[in-house]
Amino acid sequence: MLAKRSRQAVFHLLAILACLISIIPFYLIVTNSFKSIAEASSMSAALPSILHVENFVTVVATGKLGTSFLNSLFYATGSTIIGTLCAAMAAFVLSRNRSRFNRFLYFFIILGIALPTNFFTLTKVMQITQLINTKIGILILYAAGQIPFGVFLIYGFLDTVPKELDEAAIIDGCGPFQLFFKIIVPLMMPVLITDAVLSFLGAWGNFIMPLYYLNNTANWPMTLSAYNFFDMYHMNWNLFSADILLTVLPVLFVYFAAQRYILSGMTAGAVKG
Amino acid sequence: MRVRNKLNYPLYFILPALVLYLIFSIIPSLSGIFYSFTNWSSYTTKINFIGLENFKTIFSASENYLLFIKNTFIFTIITIFAKTVIGLALALLLTEGTKRLAYFYRMMIYVPVILPAIAVGLIFKSILNPSTGLLNTSLRFAGLGALAQKWLTNPHIALYSVIGVDTWQGVGYIMVILIAGLQSIPREYYEVADVDGAGFWAKLIWVTLPMMMPTITIVTVLNLLYGLKVFDIVYVLTNGGPGYATDVIYTAVFQAFSQGQWGLGTAFSSLLFVFMCVLGYFVIRLMDRGQSRD
Repeated sequence: MLAKRSRQAVFHLLAILACLISIIPFYLIVTNSFKSIAEASSMSAALPSILHVENFVTVVATGKLGTSFLNSLFYATGSTIIGTLCAAMAAFVLSRNRSRFNRFLYFFIILGIALPTNFFTLTKVMQITQLINTKIGILILYAAGQIPFGVFLIYGFLDTVPKELDEAAIIDGCGPFQLFFKIIVPLMMPVLITDAVLSFLGAWGNFIMPLYYLNNTANWPMTLSAYNFFDMYHMNWNLFSADILLTVLPVLFVYFAAQRYILSGMTAGAVKG
Repeated sequence: MRVRNKLNYPLYFILPALVLYLIFSIIPSLSGIFYSFTNWSSYTTKINFIGLENFKTIFSASENYLLFIKNTFIFTIITIFAKTVIGLALALLLTEGTKRLAYFYRMMIYVPVILPAIAVGLIFKSILNPSTGLLNTSLRFAGLGALAQKWLTNPHIALYSVIGVDTWQGVGYIMVILIAGLQSIPREYYEVADVDGAGFWAKLIWVTLPMMMPTITIVTVLNLLYGLKVFDIVYVLTNGGPGYATDVIYTAVFQAFSQGQWGLGTAFSSLLFVFMCVLGYFVIRLMDRGQSRD
């Protein structure tokens, strides 16, 4: 019994160690964001002697974080809504009507999960569609990028929504839109939230698309601004930590608010498929 | 059942998704193959066919492209192994070792996964700083100063440092998937093994691993797709340096893009595209089997 107890203790210690290793970098940016320049110069794990809250004011002012924050919010929210809606509508029809052609379309779309981006020809597409260097262009790129995984995730979930409901709704005189938005969407909520949260986090963290397709700093999201901020102020680890913290906070907020959906969605999508 | 009419599931529901996918993914990829055979550059508007020149450049021994491909493969193979082995160890720890608090631990270990790669990269730039970084100061503090390294500037170590950071960030994702796999193994198998007097390792080798093969396959595929396309973390940590020591396919593509060598870059991208299509085919077969199973 005692041996079992002590083994349990060792397991818990190991798990706690793994947790610490996972969050130490986050701890570092939190403590250093409140330090003076001198104190933060080594990015040590020590606590700040005085809380320099003004770091955040400086960062927001000099890094133009207000604009970047709104840009990120626009990209992440807009692309999530469009991407999730498109994926859900497509997955619904592909899952319900499994004709040969639709089976092919389904596999053709989820092939997109594997495909790499060709940034050169995509530039050309962005030029032709007049989307290059525009906010809406980045939003649409994110939305398009989310679709293959979204279709895959939602398609898998739709098996659990009974088809009899569709028939009942149709007998009651529902058209396809009414059926989808009034009956199916409410039942798909768990998977839609999962897809939306994953899309949002992905879009918030992405910086490769803006790196390629946005040359105007006024359109930059938080990630690209933070990277640029680092280039300019890389001696000021305190300001830089504050910038990173502000970039990461929304993501952490969404994660802790919706982690139930993230962890379940991750496993539903992956283990099932 | 006359109500099961196909008209109730109209094809135009698929259209928005399909159109976005075609315009921003398929068309660029396919037209990229065409441009691979040209001297397309950002400096001139005239585009000429140059046959296989771009591919000759990529595969010539005097250029560095083969090194970038090699680095990409090293990165991919090591991260696949590291994330799967560590992920499985953590998954076992949180399912078999600790029952209470397991959900809390899992939530914490998953945190790095959701952090933007740019934030992770920049934080680790400070942690891996040779003189002031947390890693080397901790090593010196522990009397292991001999192990302190120039993590990101020594060309022999830099790639492995990048791999280490990427594993740190991605292992939680793999762990979560493996936990779900572990939880789907019927308990009876372990009970039978217990009756046979099997210890931890025997159970791992004869019960857990065979039952986990489908999940491990999926995890491997996910890591493979990620590794071949890796960009963010490398770009932020080393930007391919020192020299070309950590340059991977996508950092080279970005350089080709910045330098205006669009024909060459698109040839490089197209090579990856063809490779990923073949890979994607097998992935789809895998996913299809997974879905028709239940």
